[in-house]
Amino acid sequence: MTPEERDLIEGRQRARARVMALLLGALVLLIFAISIVKIKAGMGVHG
Amino acid sequence: MNTVAPLLPPAEWRDFLALTKPRVMTLVVFTGLCGMLAAPPVNGHAVNPVIGFTAVLCIALGAGAAGALNQWYEADIDAAMRRTQRRPLPDGRMDRQAALHFGVGLAAFSVILMGLAVNLAAAAILTASILFYVLVYTVWLKRRTPQNIVIGGAAGAFPPLIGWAAATGQVAVLPVLLFLLVFLWTPPHFWALALFVETDYAAAGVPMLPVVAGEATTRRQIGLYTLPMAAAAVAPWALHLTGWLYGAVSVATTAAFAWMAWTVAARRRAGAEDAMRPEKRLFAYSILYLFVIFGALVADRWMVMP
Repeated sequence: MTPEERDLIEGRQRARARVMALLLGALVLLIFAISIVKIKAGMGVHG
Repeated sequence: MNTVAPLLPPAEWRDFLALTKPRVMTLVVFTGLCGMLAAPPVNGHAVNPVIGFTAVLCIALGAGAAGALNQWYEADIDAAMRRTQRRPLPDGRMDRQAALHFGVGLAAFSVILMGLAVNLAAAAILTASILFYVLVYTVWLKRRTPQNIVIGGAAGAFPPLIGWAAATGQVAVLPVLLFLLVFLWTPPHFWALALFVETDYAAAGVPMLPVVAGEATTRRQIGLYTLPMAAAAVAPWALHLTGWLYGAVSVATTAAFAWMAWTVAARRRAGAEDAMRPEKRLFAYSILYLFVIFGALVADRWMVMP
């Protein structure tokens, strides 16, 4: 593997990791908001 | 001698996004959102914004998953068509197995989230829509019959039903009519496209109607399918399920659609240099038509209906 190939692979891995971290953070917020709504509605997440 | 496929570098996140066909998703999300906003309140309560957002997100993710699985299965067809050969798989930017895992994972996630956060009815219809698009349309029909678009159109017609079910937990006459509208809109919409990209479909061996039955038949079918589509578009108003606003917009926009479809149905191509303007105009208008008519449905529900 040439240094250019290694840089390309590591660059893409970093970018994918950043996007995945953002998506997971958004998912945590969404699940939290859904839980609050369900609790307020007087029912559990499982309905 | 064994040949080993060259090892690809990991795909960019943009390629995963491209797998979900974001442009197609726009219409799917919009019709799903409108189906939800057009639904009546349950026990005096409109759908909670967080739950509504989650439902639309699940519709988008489900559509994206179906698009990814479609591209996974059709990589060979996409490679043969100019319009699709720059997609991540035919362009060699992504490993096929990564696309399959992404599609299956996204589909499962969207259905599970819909079932847990919204309701089981919406999750069940979402599951049916994904399976219909992938198994019935992509795997079964697309390469076998020129009716592929007709029956496969049902897959794209599910979102208003899902949106309505997300808001109410059940299905009623109005969302079924919306389903029928999108279902019957699909053939004229795609056949208009197929008329001016005919050579691409022929090169890929996809039995689109213009390739198999010829241009004259395709034009006639565009005209014929427009009739039941127009009936489905106006039916919600005729059956007193909507108010005057939807009635006025649906009659006016559907009349314009029918006129454009008639100009396509009645004409013949003027040689190889024909710019196919009426066909391109019908295709472009058909997209605008669906946005306007669904927008009018929501406006009618919130501004006119009691």
